[in-house]
Amino acid sequence: MSKRIETNDLDVYYGDFKAVEGVTIDIEPRSVTAFIGPSGCGKSTVLRTLNRMHEVISGAWVDGEVLLDGANLYAPGVDPVNVRRQIGMVFQRPNPFPTMSIRENVLAGVLLNNRRMSRSDQDDLVERSLRGANLWNEVKDRLNLPGSGLSGGQQQRLCIARAIAVSPEVLLMDEPCSALDPISTLAIEDLIEELKQEYTIVIVTHNMQQASRVSDRTAFFNIAGTGKPGKLIEYDDTTTMFSTPKVQATEDYVSGRFG
Amino acid sequence: MTATTTAPARREAANPLTAGQLPLWGPWALIGVALAIGAAVSALVAGASGTDFSIVAAVLIAYVLYLVAITVVSQQIEGGRKAADRLVTGVVVGAFVLALVPLVSLVSTVIINGAARFDLQFFTWTMRNVVGEGGGVLHAIIGTLLVTLWAAIISVPVGIFTAIYLVEYGRGRLSQAITFFVDVMTGIPSIVAGLFAYALFALFAGEGVRAGIGGAVALSLLMIPTVVRSTEEMLKLVPNDLREASYALGVPKWLTIAKVVLPTALAGIVTGVTLAIARVIGETAPLLIIAGFTTNMNYNVFDGRMMTLPVFAYNQYVSPGVQEQAYFDRAWTAALVLILIVMLLNVIARIIAKVFAPKAGR
Ligand SMILES: Nc1ncnc2c1ncn2[C@@H]1O[C@H](COP(=O)(O)OP(=O)(O)OP(=O)(O)O)[C@@H](O)[C@H]1O
Ligand SMILES: [Mg+2]
Repeated sequence: MSKRIETNDLDVYYGDFKAVEGVTIDIEPRSVTAFIGPSGCGKSTVLRTLNRMHEVISGAWVDGEVLLDGANLYAPGVDPVNVRRQIGMVFQRPNPFPTMSIRENVLAGVLLNNRRMSRSDQDDLVERSLRGANLWNEVKDRLNLPGSGLSGGQQQRLCIARAIAVSPEVLLMDEPCSALDPISTLAIEDLIEELKQEYTIVIVTHNMQQASRVSDRTAFFNIAGTGKPGKLIEYDDTTTMFSTPKVQATEDYVSGRFG
Repeated sequence: MTATTTAPARREAANPLTAGQLPLWGPWALIGVALAIGAAVSALVAGASGTDFSIVAAVLIAYVLYLVAITVVSQQIEGGRKAADRLVTGVVVGAFVLALVPLVSLVSTVIINGAARFDLQFFTWTMRNVVGEGGGVLHAIIGTLLVTLWAAIISVPVGIFTAIYLVEYGRGRLSQAITFFVDVMTGIPSIVAGLFAYALFALFAGEGVRAGIGGAVALSLLMIPTVVRSTEEMLKLVPNDLREASYALGVPKWLTIAKVVLPTALAGIVTGVTLAIARVIGETAPLLIIAGFTTNMNYNVFDGRMMTLPVFAYNQYVSPGVQEQAYFDRAWTAALVLILIVMLLNVIARIIAKVFAPKAGR
């Protein structure tokens, strides 16, 4: 239920602009990996290449390989739709479907793909996913109300429920807590802790405490200057990264002495 | 007791945030006074020059007086910012009322003139064998509905699919070319659309062809650009976040468009389509050419002449018989019916838009 991701010498482009260069990283199954680094260094860009969401942007392309349990996502003939069915994503801004109810939002992966599922299985899936996202108790009485009627934190957890309802192997999260209050943030961090039993999780965050709290391993990205490509500077166990990093830049960044 | 009443009063006086304020009835009183003066001046002028009393002059004078008075008074009591606000409010409301005048006048004229024949017979009879008084427009109502329905059947799918292509798939030259030609189509005179439809159908059915479907083709030429444009705008309004959310769930692009993008934009699309229909339902020239006119009922759009409401009104007006008034009355009532149909369409569109609109939760 959970797979390993490796990237090999990955270069990521927006048209002519090389946004990220030479990323080689090995992400263990059933672990949480945090991407940290200053704004614009390409964390989101790398994250989006991991489930081929990058190419949704026009002109965007990738050079290098991303392996999911050894299978190259960018091999010719690979259907990005199949990739995304295995690698789910939670975005920085909560984006529930406005035309759908809470229930339908959770079932979106099923409903939108026209998959058949009995009513009782659907109910099961909704409850399981919402419980998984720590949202069930708050919304169980209003499953048929629109998802956009929830608070920001609830919407974000709804989006997580929606992502885990399709039972992906890997869950990518791009600053999932940046719009949330400390309590919702804590709820989501607890959730990540639980989800890691079943999923491989990659999370982008600007919050050092969050990275050190939730992640097993941390990757630090940096950029030499504007217009230059971002690079993976250091990748190690989170405890090592935050106590005895090998690279000076990492130490400066995690201790707040950056720039 | 005195202490309790003076304490809040003192606090009020000391509040540095309060400023002078016109009482609510102030502007209304000024309007009343201005109207009175305007009427008096207008009456005086009328008396002096021996002309009739002019309401228009009275209102205009009153309006200008009011704008000046409210600005000056407000300047004195409330200060410059509020005075500017009152002046601009006055100008904006004036412009709004001015814009309303022709609309109200048009609707009331049509209602007054159309009321004469707004009876049961009008809606249940055709003009078959009717000379002089009586008769009805059932054949023209059916004709208008059928022709417009077919125009919608042709142009809504074409328009929506074109818009989907332009927004979701279109890149580079081809989409630029399509956008350009859609813009050009917007400017096609309706008579040209009619002639085109005639020429097209004459190829198959020979010279002198008349059929409702020809009218529908002509109208759809006029409708398609409107549908494309409005749908395009609505699709562009759908946030990219939603498309990405759907892709991230492993939903293919076409399903994302069909089940996320279109439903989200549906309310706007329906409104756009209705406006497009409302725009073409009153077209006369192309229908005159290709659908022709008849006094008989014709349910078959694919064969034979077909009467429509605008053509009916035109026809009654240009060639009245001996009892002229009966023909004019019918023309006005036909116009009234046309307006009612358009209104009904708008109401229906609003209901549909409401039902399908993304539910704003908060
Ligand atoms: N859609 C795009 N088109 C062109 N360039 C882009 C696009 N999105 C990002 N970039 C560029 O790619 C580089 C990396 O951006 P990215 O969004 O990955 O940064 P990030 O590390 O996620 O930053 P943040 O922490 O602010 O989210 C930046 O230089 C950015 O300007
Ligand atoms: Mg980012």
